[in-house]
Amino acid sequence: MPRDFLEGAKDEYDVVVIGSGLGGLTTANVLGRAGYSVLLLEQHYKLGGMATWFKRPTGHIFDISLHGFPAGMIKSCRRYWTREIADSIVQIKNIRFDNPMFSLTTTYNRDDFTRLLTESFGIAPEAIKSFFETARGMNFYDDQSTTTGELFEKFFPGREDVVRLLMEPIVYANGSTLEDPAITYGIVFSNFMSKGVFTFQGGTDRLIGLMQEELINNEIDIRIRCHVDRIHVKNDSVAAVEVNGRTIRTRAVVSNANLKTTILKMVGEEHFDQSFVDAVQETRLNNSSTQVYMALKPNERIDESTGDLLFSSTAREFRTDLLLSRDISSRTYSFYYPNTRPNERPRCLVVSSTNANYKDWSGLSPEEYEASKQDLIETTLDAIEKYVPNMRERVSHVEASTPITFEHYTKHVAGASFGTKFEGLAVSRDLPEQVAGLYHAGSVGIIMSGWLGAINYGVIVANAVDGMLMKSAELPNPIAKESISNS
Amino acid sequence: MTPAEIRNEILDILEDIAPDEDLSGLKDEVAFRDQLELDSMDFLDIVMELRKRHRVQIPEESYGELASMQSTVTYLEPLMKDLQKA
Repeated sequence: MPRDFLEGAKDEYDVVVIGSGLGGLTTANVLGRAGYSVLLLEQHYKLGGMATWFKRPTGHIFDISLHGFPAGMIKSCRRYWTREIADSIVQIKNIRFDNPMFSLTTTYNRDDFTRLLTESFGIAPEAIKSFFETARGMNFYDDQSTTTGELFEKFFPGREDVVRLLMEPIVYANGSTLEDPAITYGIVFSNFMSKGVFTFQGGTDRLIGLMQEELINNEIDIRIRCHVDRIHVKNDSVAAVEVNGRTIRTRAVVSNANLKTTILKMVGEEHFDQSFVDAVQETRLNNSSTQVYMALKPNERIDESTGDLLFSSTAREFRTDLLLSRDISSRTYSFYYPNTRPNERPRCLVVSSTNANYKDWSGLSPEEYEASKQDLIETTLDAIEKYVPNMRERVSHVEASTPITFEHYTKHVAGASFGTKFEGLAVSRDLPEQVAGLYHAGSVGIIMSGWLGAINYGVIVANAVDGMLMKSAELPNPIAKESISNS
Repeated sequence: MTPAEIRNEILDILEDIAPDEDLSGLKDEVAFRDQLELDSMDFLDIVMELRKRHRVQIPEESYGELASMQSTVTYLEPLMKDLQKA
């Protein structure tokens, strides 16, 4: 008999969270801590979603998305997680750019960027100050009519080199493009610029492990290998989820699964207004990625001056379509030195990431797919040679992932690694107006993506769920009881 | 609660949210963001804390009302006037 991954689960919870990416984990934690009964369902055998890792027998542990996030993570982890998690966040200080327009190293914060833009790019200090202040004043609930390209043109007209410096890392961080609304850029950019780029000491495995401990402390019922087939709706309200053959009743569902899958497959379009379904159909998925994972032989070391993050490109100009092309010209290298995991065997690893289109990988025969993957590995080993000499002789193991790999593990449509484009944000946020008690917390609109974006969106949605449950409660819920007894 | 009590309550919440900030010289008529290192998540925390402590529900379209101490107290007064101070 197959193992029952729902053994001992109750028949009813206040909230069911579908998916354990950082958004789902955080929503579950905030609501669990507030006293609600929460069931967290993950289809994979590991928690974390795209915040994940894999181990190889040689002592190498590869992180998929660890480098790097803004300093705001420290505050968010302290408030919505634990002090121990917040205290393990450390800065990475060597951010490098190398392309036909410029080569430089920066700490990637406002002071250093002001210096670079003034000294190396000849921009007037007032224009820089004014740009930073405009970006910093943006909110996730502001208007979306100005595009990022227009924002740059306003402050740095005709300066493609400046655009490249300002934009390339954000493309890596959240898949955003010059055609997306300026707020999707400005908020993320300002988050980074406040203090620089950070990472989690101990690796993704330690972070997710600590989060799991905290969820258990807050009595969240965590279930892996539980794939939700349906979300049941009764009288325009969420009623239950159907998972592994069981029906579990609930007052609220927060889906951390792909937005379109949630609406069209799990709930079903018959429960939504036609105009809303149209908006869902028109919501564009964000791009996917490819990654090449390179393990250096156990005794091999890369000099740390090589950098922590290196944005490399051989393209003469900066264009969104070039960044996605299968004919790769831009690669972002994340270098992981032994201090990434001070308590593990010392290893050096490099992960090369490139944004990619799903369709460049989906229509291939098995032979073509393998050949394309091998080509990706070979061309990456050639390209990294410039930064790590003799790389081919120094690696003990190399492998690659493609949009198909991401699709396989995350179940995201077309392997989307940054959720949906900005129009998904409005769809995600309007869900509870269509079906009471139905919420989505996942990468949408680019603002709410990346590790910090996902965690913060998880909090924003937890806030909405708490407000709804409090309003609809016939009996005072735990938070209400607490405030009554305090007054 | 009186406007003065509401003001104290907001100060108390701000102390939790921004423990490193000196709030003693806060100017009520000037935007919080021009005096303190606050971002949109901090404003959300104010909203969540007010709900937790007083069951006051602030819809998202009104978050802009929390720009300064003065506008926050003006906005909250009708919502909190019938509440007793804890």
